[in-house]
Amino acid sequence: MYGLGILKGMWVTLTHFIDSYVEDIKWLGRNRYYSKEGIQHRRSKDTKGIFTVQYPEEKLPVPEEFRFVPFLVYDVDEEGNKHDRCTSCGICAKVCPPQCIWIVRTEDPVTKRPVPEPVDFFIDVDICMNCGYCAEYCPFDAIKMDHDYEMASFDRHAEHIFNKEKLSKPASYYAGIRPTNYNREETLKAEEAAKKAAAAAAKAAAAAAKPADGAAAGSTPAQ
Amino acid sequence: MTEATTAAPVEKSELEKRFPDAVKADARPGYAGFLVDTSKLIEVATALRDEMGYDYLSSVTAVDYYSDAPNAENFIEVVYHFYKSTGGGALELKVQTPRENSTVPSLTPLYAGADFQEREAYDLYGVNFEGHPDQRRILMWEGFAGYPMRKDWKEAYFEEEVKPFKNRWPEGQVYRIEDRNPFNKNNAYPQGFDPTGFKETDDPKLYEVLEKAAREYSEDIDTEQVVVNLGPQHPSTHGVFRMAVRLDGETIVALKPVMGYLHRNHEKIGERNTWTMNMPFTDRLDYLSSMSNNFGYALAVEKLMGDKAAPPERAEYIRVIMAELTRISNHLWAIGFLLNDLGAFFTPALYAIVERELILDIFEATTGSRMMCNYFRFGGVARDLPEGVLEKIKSLVTERLPRKIDELDIYLSENELVRSRSEGIGVITPEEAIAFSTAGPVLRASGVPYDVRRADPYSIYDRFKFDVTVRQHGDVYDRYMIRIDEMRQSLQILNQALKDLPGGEIMNGKNPYQVRVPAGESYGRVEGPKGELGFYIVSNGKGNPARYHVRAPSFINLTVLEKMCVGQKVADVVVNLGSIDIVLGEVDR
Repeated sequence: MYGLGILKGMWVTLTHFIDSYVEDIKWLGRNRYYSKEGIQHRRSKDTKGIFTVQYPEEKLPVPEEFRFVPFLVYDVDEEGNKHDRCTSCGICAKVCPPQCIWIVRTEDPVTKRPVPEPVDFFIDVDICMNCGYCAEYCPFDAIKMDHDYEMASFDRHAEHIFNKEKLSKPASYYAGIRPTNYNREETLKAEEAAKKAAAAAAKAAAAAAKPADGAAAGSTPAQ
Repeated sequence: MTEATTAAPVEKSELEKRFPDAVKADARPGYAGFLVDTSKLIEVATALRDEMGYDYLSSVTAVDYYSDAPNAENFIEVVYHFYKSTGGGALELKVQTPRENSTVPSLTPLYAGADFQEREAYDLYGVNFEGHPDQRRILMWEGFAGYPMRKDWKEAYFEEEVKPFKNRWPEGQVYRIEDRNPFNKNNAYPQGFDPTGFKETDDPKLYEVLEKAAREYSEDIDTEQVVVNLGPQHPSTHGVFRMAVRLDGETIVALKPVMGYLHRNHEKIGERNTWTMNMPFTDRLDYLSSMSNNFGYALAVEKLMGDKAAPPERAEYIRVIMAELTRISNHLWAIGFLLNDLGAFFTPALYAIVERELILDIFEATTGSRMMCNYFRFGGVARDLPEGVLEKIKSLVTERLPRKIDELDIYLSENELVRSRSEGIGVITPEEAIAFSTAGPVLRASGVPYDVRRADPYSIYDRFKFDVTVRQHGDVYDRYMIRIDEMRQSLQILNQALKDLPGGEIMNGKNPYQVRVPAGESYGRVEGPKGELGFYIVSNGKGNPARYHVRAPSFINLTVLEKMCVGQKVADVVVNLGSIDIVLGEVDR
């Protein structure tokens, strides 16, 4: 019958239409909108009915791996002093595809050796393509991708070149937005430190044993 | 897996035997294929097509071998990749021509699919294709000075030959390049051209070609014809794309696609980047299916790098899972917007987008970005699937997506309005589809069962059971149906991949920030959602590619657009375009 296909199709539209009301009735008493679990439900595989999210009143939760514009991680010691994790080795600046990272390294005026903390660090966030390479290849876990994606401003020239001050965020913030990654890195670091300590201990033990060996070796020809 | 092993050795010697003085094997280390004498190219190509079965010209591109050292041997090489439409490896031909007055015979009369690709090589490299019916610039505008892909051409705001730029570290004082140098001296203009007094040209060449085509179309009745420009700012062109159409009443007598409005010289950027840096740039080609783009590029580079970059099992499976999810999300989008073009404004599109959105959530959780995934690395993938993602993929693939694809099928496929608007519209015969080098759904909807995953298997696709979907009519309706079929086949592959997904490493060795790629060339191709996506790369052993070429399926599929549209009504242009499924990021590069 001509027109049957249209009717079948209209039936699909009708079920979608009805579903949105059925869903709302099912959620009566609970918040389908403007609540965390409501948003979660609307993004699940069982979602039906109204799917859209009313940004900015509602916001989708971002997954841990979400990446948006890097930030620099600093550690805070017991006395409250900040220590940049960055050693200004420049790997992030070298690997950056759009070349949006500028690092100013300094050297010690006396020894002429590089100081392992950058004097300044710039990221032009207009050029940044959010690829995440800097965070991926940083050997010191010093630069990480942020979750904060709301950074519109009125001026692109002054506001959109982030300097070190604007980029730096504490390690606790990093642990907060990326707990799994943070814990994995900390365990790795602890393991490495333990290994280093063990190696140092072994070395010390070997050094302690060495004079005895030397003495023994020295003593052999005499015999 | 190198080109040498995939190409049939019998044909090789046969070709050399047939043309002993015109063809010789390319003996440079890392290179494959044959060097052909320029004057004999047509003869060799004819023999390839008519006698040896290499009827599918996949890619035509040029490479500039240039060094400013004294006594350096500088030349431009035009590279052709031929395939058999019945499957198998590549046969690669190369012709060399001097950089001054570069001239190569055009293969367009033999292989219609060479049309746009030769125009691109002419546009970007200045190679003159003798016998080309319509040699105009394609990505740059008429009147542009210079050939931007040549090695000695410097673009505006030129900083340095290759990245990383030296002024970023250790004394990285930030500046904005446009502040420091607003009109750089690298800007080259034609003689007597005043950039401040720039006036829109009337595209005289374009209209000349249109008129010529119209004359060929009909000469017996003298009617008033009009030229209509659809686009570049037109909602149904899927971006900034323009079609110059010559109409006789409502009937199309000639159509020329005009593109390049989004051109950013992706390939030049790619040659300045290091190998690793190119990965996120490939995301920006076909931004609806970035995983497939990653796949193609990773494959091409891994081919050159050899065994040390062979991905471990788990990485291979994750790659396939991601590529197939991409295919589904891309086809959902394509179907949704094809229906938009048909006039079913946004209801079907939004139903499709809901499912795509759920797939994008998976991408975001895994890679950190919904569309610019940047997930593949040479020798594996960037990171393992996070907790909970695998369950989400499984529930989508086994429960939701099959149901929703069926729903879409019931909703649209039998709808009389859809059928009457799309059946018998834009018919492409199998012979035309092959000759025009169309790929992907467009090719298969015309009854050619050619799918790179089956014809020339890459990665681990030879392990999965799936059907190469074919439809026989070659019209818009079949191009719509084939996408539904393909989504079902993708689900089948996904089911198998998810069942067999092994544990273990996701990277072969470490993931270094600088990779060493041995000198040579390679052509990596994947079956992207839009068709055969190929990356032709040449390495000279340095940190940056010497040549980085993208065989973009959307771009080459557009070659056949005029064929589809001529003789039909102007209302069908938009539908035909929608059925090809283009993304302008990939067309214009």
